[in-house]
Amino acid sequence: MAHLNPTPVLEPGQDRTMILNMGPQHPSTHGVLRVLLEIDGETVVRMMPDIGFLHTGIEKTCEAKFYQQVVPLTDRIDYLCPMTNNLCYVLAVEKLLGLEIPPKAQWLRVLLNELTRINSHLVWLGTHAMDIGALTVFLYCFREREEILKIFEMVSGQRMMTSYFRVGGIALEPPLGFFDRVRDFAGYFPERIDQYENLLTGNPIWTMRTKGVARMTAEDAIALGATGPTLRGSGVDFDLRRDMPYSSYEKFQFKVPVSQEGDVFARYMCRVQELRESTEIVRQALDGMPEGPIKADAPGIVLPDREKMKTQMESLIYHFKIITEGFAVPAGEVYQAVESPRGEMGYYIVSDGTAKPYRVHMRSACFANLQSLPKMCEGRLLADVVAAIGSIDIVLGEIDR
Amino acid sequence: MLLAPAITDLEQLKNHPAVARLVGWNAEAITGVKFDRDEMTIYIDRAYIREACVLLKDDPACPFNFLSDVTCVDWYPAEPRFEVVYHLLSIPNKERIRLKVRLNSASPAVESLTSVWPGANYFEREVFDLFGVRFTGHPYLRRILMPEDWEGHPLRKDYPVEGYR
Repeated sequence: MAHLNPTPVLEPGQDRTMILNMGPQHPSTHGVLRVLLEIDGETVVRMMPDIGFLHTGIEKTCEAKFYQQVVPLTDRIDYLCPMTNNLCYVLAVEKLLGLEIPPKAQWLRVLLNELTRINSHLVWLGTHAMDIGALTVFLYCFREREEILKIFEMVSGQRMMTSYFRVGGIALEPPLGFFDRVRDFAGYFPERIDQYENLLTGNPIWTMRTKGVARMTAEDAIALGATGPTLRGSGVDFDLRRDMPYSSYEKFQFKVPVSQEGDVFARYMCRVQELRESTEIVRQALDGMPEGPIKADAPGIVLPDREKMKTQMESLIYHFKIITEGFAVPAGEVYQAVESPRGEMGYYIVSDGTAKPYRVHMRSACFANLQSLPKMCEGRLLADVVAAIGSIDIVLGEIDR
Repeated sequence: MLLAPAITDLEQLKNHPAVARLVGWNAEAITGVKFDRDEMTIYIDRAYIREACVLLKDDPACPFNFLSDVTCVDWYPAEPRFEVVYHLLSIPNKERIRLKVRLNSASPAVESLTSVWPGANYFEREVFDLFGVRFTGHPYLRRILMPEDWEGHPLRKDYPVEGYR
């Protein structure tokens, strides 16, 4: 590649500016984000994010796996919201297959997705506040996150890489006591959100560091492909859960928080209110949880029950065939998007009629949101860069895939 | 639930607002349509993709004002080999549409959309990095995920999954 320079270089524009390298090991870059900054004194003149340090070629790996074997890979893309990625992938494959999912599985998926959103927002809130200097919030946030991780462990056997959803339903019936534990959590969590807000929302240091910082207009946000709270913080009222519902979200009543200011504080307010709305959705899901099976009636695609395998020959054969040969998916292509905690998570899957996907592409919300970072930071102070990076809530695993 | 067969006849789909608008503008720009699994796909001739996007973006009745995604599919060894795939979203109308451009392997290049949506920047760099498709008029067409001195384009089908040894 002779036409390319060995590393991305930002040439200093004038004599008075200098180039500052930030990351990839900087604690406030949330992983391995590297940012090149051209600064004039304390003011950022130009900014260029440099990514790819965590690229593991997941899209390529997917092409060599059976459809059901891709599910554990999707957890590892965005390790803060594994269930959202699971959901998006299985919804896309189900759309390719034309599968109908039983209501109980859909509601459980919604319930777990909202818990995932709370989990992800708690990590964001803790680390974002810590970046700006409010160290205490981190400890409070991780206290509640621990409870969510225990709920995940209870239901899937794993704290973070859950892989709990399957094509055609979910893996297992939730264990005894699961719903009570979630109800407990949904009961005391709103009070805990008040505690975080007491520490931050009215705090003069917090408001000085966030209000009016890293502004972005609605036009810029749309043009740059920003989604999720980054878009809603700029005043665009768009949420895929409400506007293009999937997995029975249309049966839930919830508000979509929108702020008009487009600064770090606006994005903070959006996410904190989303915590409350997600708790409300969890409560509605608990109250209205339908009865019935948790897997679609699709032999040859959905693994048979363990009990049936011991008594019925067909079940044993299907089990053997799904594990060894996978299941063929009719040729075609779909794009399925869900509202992840960070924005529009989309899976584009192309099938050529075999048991392995021909192409899997993940539309990552952070990847697009990161493009708005230079817009937020250029012309502003260097210290605000840290606040801006925190406010778009990036997960580098999802950006680099 | 049985899957309905895909509709690929332009006559049947010409009432779709996006198709109608594109046909009214330049019928030559459309090289094919497909309606499958409730998703609309329009194949655009590669010379017209940028203008087609401007047209769809500024449509007063149904503005596809948001570029969700740009990616690519490699159909090696078939020709035309590459399909660059654009997913457009209309935020006011809550509708999606998929545009596709077919490129042969001799000159995989297509006009960049960065002048229409600045957000196309990273997506096009990713497609360039992983497929080797060039986007003319892109302000900074460099590798984004792979190292700068990497050889080959990993998501091409003739690139082994375990890499070159």
